[in-house]
Amino acid sequence: MSTSPLENLSQEVTRLLATIESFDSLAALVDAEASIIGKRSALSSLQKSLGSLDPDARRDAGARLQEARRLVDDAFAKRREVLSANARSAQLEQDRIDLGDVVVASIRWPASTGHASLVASTQRELEDVFVSMGFTVSDGPEVESDWYNFEALNIPPAHPARGMWDTFYVELGEPETVVLRTHTSPTQIHLMENAVSSSTLPIHSVMPGRCFRRDTPDARHLATFHQIEGLVVDRGITFADLAGVIETFTRAYFGPDISSRLRPAYFPFTEPSAEFEITCTICRGEGCRTCSQTGWIELGGCGVLDPAVLSAVGIDGEVWSGFAFGFGIDRCAQMRHQIADMRALTENDVRFLEQFS
Amino acid sequence: MKISLSWLREFVDLDESVDDLRSILDDLGLVVEGVEYVGEGLEDVVVARVDEIRAIEGADRVRLVIVDAGQGPLEIVCGATNFEVGNFVPLAPVGAVLPGGFAIGERKMRGVTSHGMLCSSRELGLDEDHQGLMILDELTTPKIGEGLLDALSLTSDVVFDISVEGNRPDAWSVEGVARDLATRLGRTLRAPALATATSTVESATFASAHIDAPDLCGRLTISVLRNVKVGPSPAWIAQRLQSAGMRPISNVVDASNYVMLELGQPTHPYDAQHVAQHTIRVRRARSGEVLETLDGIQRPLAMAGRGLGDTGEDCVIVDGDDRVLGLAGIMGGASSEISAATTDVLLEAAYFDPMTIARSSKRHGLRSEASNRFERGVDPELGLRAVARFVEILRESVEDLEWLANSLDVRGTVPTLPQVHLRDGDIARTLGVSLSRAEVTSILEGLGFSVQSDTTGLVVTPPSARLDVRSGSPGRADVIEEVARLYGYGRLPRHTPTWPEPGGLNARQRLRRRVRDVIVDLGVIEAWTPTLISDGDFDLVHSNEERVRITNPLASEESVLRATMITGLVKVWIRNIERGVGDVVLGEIGTVFTHPLSSTHARVTKGGEGGGVTLELPHEKERVTVVFGRLDDDARVAVGFWTVLSRRLGLKDVVVRSSMECPAGLHPTRTGALVDRESGAVIGHVGEVDTSLIESLAPSLRGRRLGVIDLDFDALADPTRALRRSELAEVPSRFPSAAFDLAFVTPRSVHASDLAHELISESELVESVDLFDVYEDESLPEGTRSLAYSIRLSSKDRTLSESEVGSERERLIGRARELGAVLR
Repeated sequence: MSTSPLENLSQEVTRLLATIESFDSLAALVDAEASIIGKRSALSSLQKSLGSLDPDARRDAGARLQEARRLVDDAFAKRREVLSANARSAQLEQDRIDLGDVVVASIRWPASTGHASLVASTQRELEDVFVSMGFTVSDGPEVESDWYNFEALNIPPAHPARGMWDTFYVELGEPETVVLRTHTSPTQIHLMENAVSSSTLPIHSVMPGRCFRRDTPDARHLATFHQIEGLVVDRGITFADLAGVIETFTRAYFGPDISSRLRPAYFPFTEPSAEFEITCTICRGEGCRTCSQTGWIELGGCGVLDPAVLSAVGIDGEVWSGFAFGFGIDRCAQMRHQIADMRALTENDVRFLEQFS
Repeated sequence: MKISLSWLREFVDLDESVDDLRSILDDLGLVVEGVEYVGEGLEDVVVARVDEIRAIEGADRVRLVIVDAGQGPLEIVCGATNFEVGNFVPLAPVGAVLPGGFAIGERKMRGVTSHGMLCSSRELGLDEDHQGLMILDELTTPKIGEGLLDALSLTSDVVFDISVEGNRPDAWSVEGVARDLATRLGRTLRAPALATATSTVESATFASAHIDAPDLCGRLTISVLRNVKVGPSPAWIAQRLQSAGMRPISNVVDASNYVMLELGQPTHPYDAQHVAQHTIRVRRARSGEVLETLDGIQRPLAMAGRGLGDTGEDCVIVDGDDRVLGLAGIMGGASSEISAATTDVLLEAAYFDPMTIARSSKRHGLRSEASNRFERGVDPELGLRAVARFVEILRESVEDLEWLANSLDVRGTVPTLPQVHLRDGDIARTLGVSLSRAEVTSILEGLGFSVQSDTTGLVVTPPSARLDVRSGSPGRADVIEEVARLYGYGRLPRHTPTWPEPGGLNARQRLRRRVRDVIVDLGVIEAWTPTLISDGDFDLVHSNEERVRITNPLASEESVLRATMITGLVKVWIRNIERGVGDVVLGEIGTVFTHPLSSTHARVTKGGEGGGVTLELPHEKERVTVVFGRLDDDARVAVGFWTVLSRRLGLKDVVVRSSMECPAGLHPTRTGALVDRESGAVIGHVGEVDTSLIESLAPSLRGRRLGVIDLDFDALADPTRALRRSELAEVPSRFPSAAFDLAFVTPRSVHASDLAHELISESELVESVDLFDVYEDESLPEGTRSLAYSIRLSSKDRTLSESEVGSERERLIGRARELGAVLR
């Protein structure tokens, strides 16, 4: 019987383990990887030599070899971990600077031109129009309870109207109790609750912010988007005031030759409700492909506050009345700059971002 | 909902143009999303008989077909092969213009002239079938030369695709749309032809009906139809269904669909021989029950769902053996389906509780034309009228149909119709315009409301179909919307209101704008990085931390709320580097989220059904993050940027402390905390992005340094944490300043800014202390470095004398020595 090819296995393993321990640089260890655990290693050569054995002996030798490989592989991985931790802490030590000792006057600041995001600057322009009309601006959180996002807005659980907002649910509390806000309307509820508890009615405010809907993104929709809504609660407010505010805003923001019109729609939190459309900004009302030859494009929704919403927050609908409206900030930017595909806004390509002041 | 013009015209005279009708519908809130022209372009298409088929030499894809269309043999080149000699096929002769504007001319192919085109049904715009030519003998008994429209009993028609709003279940039907049009146009609404019972046999002798759950089923009518012969519907009925986007199936099923489309009442026909004891019963499903629906899926019933407040309630239809026949109002079961062998039909027309249907349909993921209508609310009084119409329609194909007398009619609980008191002045208070009682009455009566006058106004009761009209003041708003809608929103006045309260931004919003303006001035390009990120990206910085997770993400890459903007900005930087345009400074102002379990600032809010529960929501933090990615940018550049920014923001004294703990994601030995000297609050961090973060995102950028500033905007906006410089102006002294430099060998434990602060606080005469050099050398004592300051002294009321300057200088040196800094 010929000698087993594994005769010297344990010596070989001891030799390899010693070799691994002898490395004190990560680069050298990685360079030697192939010769220690790779295809060119001694153990790999042994593996090939097993072919000549009879099946029983081969199985037995294979198991021994596998165990040997595991030992070597583990030692190699462990050494690599130690050496890379050493390398990192050495690098960190070498990098160390005391930022308290920076001599500011000596810092070279290369000339570079900054640009605000298109969405942020569009939002600012919209806010400015409304501020000039007497509105304040209100911020609100992006994660809301189902109650603020829906129920307080007259949309009870499982109501079919919820189909209008494809909702992302957040894994907190009981299922479907926490959502990413699908509109900035919950901020309206917070505002009204605060105004009631602090006796600071009336309210004239706009609420811009980031919203989320579980819509597959396309050229006209993003799952994450920005909206601005407005809320007025005051004495003697009517649908005529709503139509007037929409018209004044439309001309102020889009220009004097663009006007607005309202047509009936349904929103659970307003009654009467309306969609508002503006003169197509592409064809100026002549009719084109963008507006399907109608001369009008849809911008947003609005309506007189539903008495049920007012009473849910404790506002007396016989004394106070109001209206709300809302539309997309990104959509305004898209229209103004004729951006064919909305997804350009989230690409963050510097060549795109640099075009806007 | 697709509705054809010819169908509408059965209910109301309409001679307006299609464009005019479209605008009228839009203005009524019945928004037309599309208009289709059926049969348009088919006027010239005729029936032709195939007389001969010949191969064309050298062509294997087309053949020469000789047809007769009544004017002698005609040679046509044709690529289809699904026909044989003797078949009748549609021919578009030379000169015809097919749907889509395709004009037929003489065409020469392979040396043969084709005198027209034989058509598939898709080419004719009739359906999607494009397998080959439309074979007319399979559909009808065609005559050579007959117009195709006549041969198929088709009339050209216009189909409006109307989007019906969720609060208008009554308008989800031809009759409902016609009613709005008739009221707006001041025309008469015609009623459809209704059948009466044709048999004197009482329904109760054949069948029985029961409601065990009156809260779930408000009305159950069961009608018995005998002598039914199942077969195809007449062509005009099939065409009506097709125009509405439904496929004709059999005369019984078609009649059910026809009535649903026309009147809005879903009905369900059961084959009576498969309904035990001819008994229909409505009850709650019991847990453990399973139904196999028509789509062949086994559905366990009465299992609690995920939805908020969903208890798992299902309403089912069972037979006399208590066997479940169907999920009420949503989908029937396979066992009692109408088949060719059906002769006796039990026809169900019912009212089910909308919320129960909505929840069941959502839980089972089952939507049907019926459930869509029931969940919005079907008129509880419509059932038997719809049955009468059903019989009238089915009689078109089953002449001796028997409808037993006195259909079974069982009542549960239906919503009571509110009485809405519309006071004089209510309309003006909501719409800003006064309308006369007569005007309001005429609109409301047109819509089927009943209206009575009293001394203070009108008492309005909605028709039973208008389940959307609520009681009390919400109901008043509902009625006023109807008046406004029919009156025309465009005719309502506009008025821009003013109020004494000023508009404007609050301090936090002004600061946010200021920050954005300054960082943009300093060269930051503002990006918009995703709020929703992957677990992998989250782990790059916050491994092992609780994360706020989305239950139903669109993709796993967007399933977690970000806890930092650094990762997002680094990725944007890398992408731009890869595109060769990444030599830039990028920034973002936005919100990051901390799981309530790992935050001491969880937001507590109202939640749960009815807002009755207290919930802990994530802590939302607003941050300002900037990464400095130009070739030579590093932590020092970030410190310089911060110095300018803090001055432009008017901060009093925020210092860089490098000894503080370093947050994950930042470079541990090249990061400092920004600390307000007085309040001790941490305003943010400045330094570099951890090189391991860059390497794991882009191995090729190993070795690149990326400066970073990550500011806590909430702290920045809080003047008790980030103290502001006094607003009081300081006028510089008119007397000359004395300037000199001092260099101190200073222990590393003493911060350069602290030493400067001590020196400037030492004497009123010290105007400024500015670090201008840091010198490190082995010749200096271990653990020290030399800090060189340029110092200016001045007085408000005199020129300082040389001796005064000298003694001040000594004083400063003495103060420094107390702190361990020795003059060099």
